[in-house]
Amino acid sequence: MSRLRASLTPYLLLFPGTLWLAIFFVIPTVVMLSLSLQSGDVVNGYAFTFNWHSYVDGISTYHDQIIRSLVYGLFSTLIQIVIGFPVAYWIAFKGGSRKSVYLFLLLLPFLVSFVLRTISWQFFLSDNGMLLGPLKSMGLVPQDFHILATSAAVIGGLAYNFLPFMILPMYVALERIDPRVLEAAQDLYASKVQTFLRVVLPLSLPGVFAGVLMTFVPATSDYVNASVLGGTSNTMIGNVIQNQFLINQDYPTASALSFTLMALLLVGIFAYARALGTEDVLEVAAR
Amino acid sequence: MTEIQAGPGAAVAAAPVSGDVPAIELDNVVKEYVSHGEVVQAVKGVSLAIAEGEFFSLLGPSGCGKTTSMRMIAGFEDPTQGVVRLHGEDVTNVPPNKRDINMVFQSYALFPHMNVWDNVAFGLKRKKVPDTEIKRRVGEILEVVDLVGREKRRPKEMSGGQQQRVALARALVNRPRALLLDEPLGALDLKLRQAMQIELKRIQREVGLTFVYVTHDQSEALTMSDRIAVMHDGLVEQLADPREIYERPASKFVAGFIGTSNLLSGTVQQVTGDTAVLALGASDRILIPADGALAAGATVDLTVRPEKIKIAKDQPEGDLSVVRGTVAEVVYLGTYNSYVVVLGDGAEITVFEQNAHDSTITAERGDTVWLSWQPWHSYALR
Ligand SMILES: Nc1ncnc2c1ncn2[C@@H]1O[C@H](COP(=O)(O)OP(=O)(O)OP(=O)(O)O)[C@@H](O)[C@H]1O
Ligand SMILES: [Mg+2]
Repeated sequence: MSRLRASLTPYLLLFPGTLWLAIFFVIPTVVMLSLSLQSGDVVNGYAFTFNWHSYVDGISTYHDQIIRSLVYGLFSTLIQIVIGFPVAYWIAFKGGSRKSVYLFLLLLPFLVSFVLRTISWQFFLSDNGMLLGPLKSMGLVPQDFHILATSAAVIGGLAYNFLPFMILPMYVALERIDPRVLEAAQDLYASKVQTFLRVVLPLSLPGVFAGVLMTFVPATSDYVNASVLGGTSNTMIGNVIQNQFLINQDYPTASALSFTLMALLLVGIFAYARALGTEDVLEVAAR
Repeated sequence: MTEIQAGPGAAVAAAPVSGDVPAIELDNVVKEYVSHGEVVQAVKGVSLAIAEGEFFSLLGPSGCGKTTSMRMIAGFEDPTQGVVRLHGEDVTNVPPNKRDINMVFQSYALFPHMNVWDNVAFGLKRKKVPDTEIKRRVGEILEVVDLVGREKRRPKEMSGGQQQRVALARALVNRPRALLLDEPLGALDLKLRQAMQIELKRIQREVGLTFVYVTHDQSEALTMSDRIAVMHDGLVEQLADPREIYERPASKFVAGFIGTSNLLSGTVQQVTGDTAVLALGASDRILIPADGALAAGATVDLTVRPEKIKIAKDQPEGDLSVVRGTVAEVVYLGTYNSYVVVLGDGAEITVFEQNAHDSTITAERGDTVWLSWQPWHSYALR
C-alpha cells in the first residue's frame, strides 16, 4: 500500500501542473497551429486547408516588425544587464542584513500594473511632460525635441519593465558565491579587479544566462511598450499580432506570425544555450 | 630573535629554531567586532612570534579567537590595535594579495568553476610566472599531493580528502614563506585525518616551511607542533612546546583542555625540605614539590595526569602521594583500563592502568583502593 503510494507520489505532485499546462497551453497551442493553416475570412468562416500562405505572406509583409522586435529585445536586454548587474552585485555582497529589504524595494514598483506603469512613463516622457517641459522652458533642449514615439522610448520602456526578471536571477547566482572563495582569490595574489573578472563574473554567468532568457523572450514579444511609448513607426511584431487577432480578426495570419516568432525565439535560445550554457564556458572565462 | 612573548601571564618559551627575525609576529593585537550595536572583542591582546620553519599551532575551544588571529595574519581582517609583522616588516595595512603567505581555508574555498589544474595554477598565473614553469610546478605539486590524473576534475566531482589536497597544493605551489592552515582536516574522517597529519608534517619538514596551524583537536596539536599557543577567550593562556603544555599546564584551563587531567585542591600542612605536604583526609596526603612559593596554610590547586597514578588494593609504602577511594567505574579500553575513583570528600580521580601483562583488572566497581603517585607528578596550578 505504502509502496504503491510512494510510486504514485511523483505523478500526484505533477498532476495539477500538468493539467494546468494541458488546458491552458497545449490545447490553445494546437488550436492556434491549426488556425495558422486555415484559409477563409471572418464572414464566411475559416476551414482547415493546409494553407502555408499565411506564413509566407505574414513574413514577407511584416519582416520589418519581426527584425525590429528582435533588435529591441536585444538592446533592452543588454541595457538591463548593464544596469542590473551592479545592483544585483551590490545587494548580494554589500546588502548585509537588509538584503530582503532591498529586494522588496526593487519589486515595489512592480506591485503596480504593467500597463499603468508604462502609461505613467508616457506622461513622464511626453513632449511637454515632467521631464521635457522644464528642460524646454529653460531652453536646454530644442522645442521640437521628443522622446516619445522613438525607438529609444520603446527600448527604455522594455528595459525598465523587465528589469527585476534580470536582477533576481543574477542576484541569486551572486548570493550563492562563498565569500571565502573571493578571499582565496585575494590570498592567491589576485587584485580586486582580477578577483572580479576571474571568479565573480564566471560564477555569476548562470544567473546572467537565466536573466537573459527571462527578459529577452517577453521583451521581444511585448506590444504594450511599443503601443504606449512607440507611436506608429516603431511597432513590434506583438502589435501586429494583436491587431490581426483583435481588430482584423485575421486569425490565420495572426497565428502564423505567432508561430514564426516562437520558432525564431526557440532557435535563438538553443543557439544561445549551446554557446553560453555549458560548463566549458565557465572554464574558458576563468582562464 | 628567539624570545617569544605570550599573552598576559602566560609562560615564555624559546622558539626551537633560532633565526634573526621571526617569520610571523603579532604584537599586542586586538580585534573588535561590532555586532548588533555591541562591541565584541574576538582577540583581546595577543603577542606571539613564530620562527622561520616552525610548525606552530593555535589551539583552543570554539570561539576563542583562533580564526580571527589567523585572518589578521593573512590580511583579511584589520587589527583594531597592534601590529602584524612578516619577516620583520610591518604589514598591518598591506592587503592579502600583497602578502607572501598563503592560507588553506577551513572549508577549502576551491574555485568551483575551475578544474583541479586551474585551481592550483591560479596563484602562479597571477604572479605572471612563465607558462612552462607553471606547467612544471603544478605537475610537481600534484604529484606531491597524489592527484596526478585528476587534473580535469571539478571540485564538486571529488571527495573531501581530495578537495583538501587540492587546497593544500593550491597554496604550496606558490612556495610562500609561510602557510596558514585553518582546521584543514576538520571535515575528514579519522583514518584520512591521521594519514593527512603525517603527510602534512612530511611536507612541512621537506619544504622547510613555516606552518601556522589552527585546530581545536588537542591530540592533533600535540603530535604535530613544534610549539603550541593555547588560546582561551581571546587571549593566549600558554605558549610552549607540546611536552611542556602537557606536563606543565600553566593554568586550570590548559590542564582541563589538554588531555584528561585530575584537578585537586588542598591546604599545605607543612613543608619539609623541597616537598610540601597537603592533607586531604585522615590517611590521605598529597606530596608536591615546594618551589619556595608554598608555605604552610596556603591553598593549592594541582593536577595529576591519570597515567601517572598507580592503583592498588593495599596501602603503598614510601614517600608518595597517597589517597584512598572507592572505584565508581571501570572501563576496559584495550591497551589500558580506565578507573574512576571517588575520594572521601567526593572528588573524582581518573586513573589509567596499562595492560602490560595479562588483561587483569586490579579492582572492581565498589572496591576500596589506594592511589599513589610520585611527588613530582603533582603539578601546582597558578
Ligand atoms: N565578523 C564577526 N562579527 C562579530 N563577531 C565575530 C565575527 N567573527 C568572529 N566573531 C566572534 O569572535 C569570536 C572569535 O571567533 P573565531 O572565529 O576567531 O573563533 P575560533 O577560535 O576560530 O572558533 P572555531 O573553533 O569555532 O572556528 C567569537 O565569539 C565570534 O562570535
Ligand atoms: Mg575558526
